[in-house]
Amino acid sequence: MSENKVTCLHDKHVALGALMSPFGGFDMPIQYAGIVEEHNAVRNAVGVFDVSHMGEVHVTGPEAQKFVNYIFTNDITKMQVGGIQYGMMLYPDGGTVDDLLVYTMGENDYFLVINAANIDKDVAWINEQAAKFDVKVENQSESYGQIAVQGPEAEKTMLEVLSLDCSDLTFYTFKCVNYNGDNMIVSRTGYTGEDGFEIYASHKTIQDMWDMLIEAGVQPCGLGCRDTLRFEVGLPLYGDELTAEISPIMAGFGFFVKLDKDDFIGKEACAKQKAEGAPKKLVGLELHDKAIPRHGYEVCNENNEPVGYVTTGYRGISVDKSIAVALVDAAYGKLGTALKVHIRKKYFDATVVKKKFHDKSYKK
Amino acid sequence: MSKIIEGLYYSESHEFVKVEGDFGYVGITDYAQHELGNVVYVDMPEVDDEVEAGEDFGAVESVKAASDLVCPVSGTVVEVNEALEDEPGLINKDAFENWIIKVQLSDKSELDGLMDAAAYKAFIKE
Repeated sequence: MSENKVTCLHDKHVALGALMSPFGGFDMPIQYAGIVEEHNAVRNAVGVFDVSHMGEVHVTGPEAQKFVNYIFTNDITKMQVGGIQYGMMLYPDGGTVDDLLVYTMGENDYFLVINAANIDKDVAWINEQAAKFDVKVENQSESYGQIAVQGPEAEKTMLEVLSLDCSDLTFYTFKCVNYNGDNMIVSRTGYTGEDGFEIYASHKTIQDMWDMLIEAGVQPCGLGCRDTLRFEVGLPLYGDELTAEISPIMAGFGFFVKLDKDDFIGKEACAKQKAEGAPKKLVGLELHDKAIPRHGYEVCNENNEPVGYVTTGYRGISVDKSIAVALVDAAYGKLGTALKVHIRKKYFDATVVKKKFHDKSYKK
Repeated sequence: MSKIIEGLYYSESHEFVKVEGDFGYVGITDYAQHELGNVVYVDMPEVDDEVEAGEDFGAVESVKAASDLVCPVSGTVVEVNEALEDEPGLINKDAFENWIIKVQLSDKSELDGLMDAAAYKAFIKE
């Protein structure tokens, strides 16, 4: 346990009786009341997550826009101040370094939000690429705490419990708010497929807000339901659906890879995959049985020959079926293809379906 | 505080055996169900399957993970708890009442290698 970092809310999780477990180098809460209860709270009402483990990197300087656009797949030149884009950083071969959010804070001023497990790797990667640009890169991960308020009642909760009127924020925009002398960032973003907000602020402010939300009866939610929620709506998790071996083209996230913009790392490889077809494809699977496909289980063709593996799988919570996302040879990627999942000693029939199992309900 | 029942046999992998004559009812303990959380699926063998002490005979799955079931005794499966197919969460309601398989025991001396209630109580406190 001692080698894992802790977030500024760690003691509060322990006091709430959360089941704690290592994730991305941090000792994180997996569940409080139970994954199903927490999942349903977010789908039907509201829940709050500690996501302080996420990393934050601030990029500024005369060439900040040019630089970020060079290491990022989306096109940040299309963004106004207050805008946010989702996209990836790629290796030259198209494999994924990380998926991230880019916040446009001002002219040549960007705030990058990266995955906890990748902080050291990403910062090293960004610094390496930055050598050729006139920019300043600051890893601010340890200065920020972060919470996510998610669910159909999120806007109401932000107003009534935290006195933050967010009705002016549209999906994927943010504002900077001065809160008792603390400059914080509030964005209409999340990782659950529901409407919701994320707040980046000092540890003290995050601790105060967490307390207010818990006191008001908002359900604390762990990483357990964060995974079931994001999975059901088809959002990828780095390490599962995106890896150094899985390009965003294979994963079906080509929308976030702007091949019509100036050169960026991985552009050529992605253009080639798009033109010639990627060798592998990420697909949804629905099992005909109740058996549950899990990460790493083998996916086979009708002759029980391996053609891929499960990246994430669950007994769905909002969807009452055994469902998975799997990376398979492209030849087996068509909707309706009959495949099998090797679970313990048996092979279970499955059908290729869309990998969005539950509809998102964002407020755009 | 996990419930422990006197008179049952317990394994280190948190299965129990309740013996009635030549038969043993095998399930997971209250401690195990609590550690797992919401049980969403129980993978059970079929009637007439042979099971062997120390070998996997299925799995109990929570939302988060699959946990192998290790059979504490050898024998032949004579019944599986079909109620768990439609309602796996019964294990969370009462793990001891909702056994998973009924086994015709082939070697009752295997029971000597399992823990009694007092020993299991001490075991889960460690």
